[in-house]
Amino acid sequence: MPVDPTIVGRTYPPAPPHEVTVDAVRAFVEATGASYDGGPAPATYPIVPAFSAMLTFLEAEALDLSRIDHGAQEFRHERPVVPGDVLTVALSVATLRTIGGNDIIGTTSAVTDADGALVCTGTATLVHRGPEDPEDGA
Amino acid sequence: MEPRTFRVTREALVAYAAASGDHNPIHQDEDVAVAVGLPGVIAHGMYTLALAARYVDESLGETGRIATIGAKFTKPVVVPVEGVDVVVAGTQKDDGTIAVTVTCEGVSVLGRCQATLRG
Repeated sequence: MPVDPTIVGRTYPPAPPHEVTVDAVRAFVEATGASYDGGPAPATYPIVPAFSAMLTFLEAEALDLSRIDHGAQEFRHERPVVPGDVLTVALSVATLRTIGGNDIIGTTSAVTDADGALVCTGTATLVHRGPEDPEDGA
Repeated sequence: MEPRTFRVTREALVAYAAASGDHNPIHQDEDVAVAVGLPGVIAHGMYTLALAARYVDESLGETGRIATIGAKFTKPVVVPVEGVDVVVAGTQKDDGTIAVTVTCEGVSVLGRCQATLRG
């Protein structure tokens, strides 16, 4: 099923706020083999609430996670994430292209704190695979 | 910046799935990965990018200085039962940007991976 082209510009209702705890950051850091000192979270930590927001988006558009490859990701930080932050993500669809039967979806996720201030912006490229073209991906 | 080697294991991917919320089974289950045409279990792209961020943080000696980080996920990191090594290296350019390369089995797995630092 091709992706509905009218989703470009659409913003999805935010997932429930994500509370950044020391334990949550430690689990994230230790999974990469590093140790955590209780300070700022790593720069890619916002993928935690951003991934949740992506699942909300996929569900809203009846898109199957098993057909999605993560093509690219960037985070642009206004400040580091720290324990105690309560983060909310607003995901919107910025771009949509179709190449070789695959839909290339560009999303922008605004990550804000409890005061509504922007903490970081995530941009992702999601490849929604067409029916006959399974590709390597991450 | 000195290159470093990090070991990626399936146990770490399970831990990362729990920590990140990305429970896509292609990162944990060989049968599912093969069924969708992959050579085997592959690391989350964001796991590999997290290793790039770890490399920058540990090279700087602190976490929290990265202002931007991003990459294209160009090749999968296939993780066999015994695990696999990835090699991370960085070069700081004149403008302060750090260009990061991540290779697995001699193949570059991230495209245009770079980090910028806050002042």
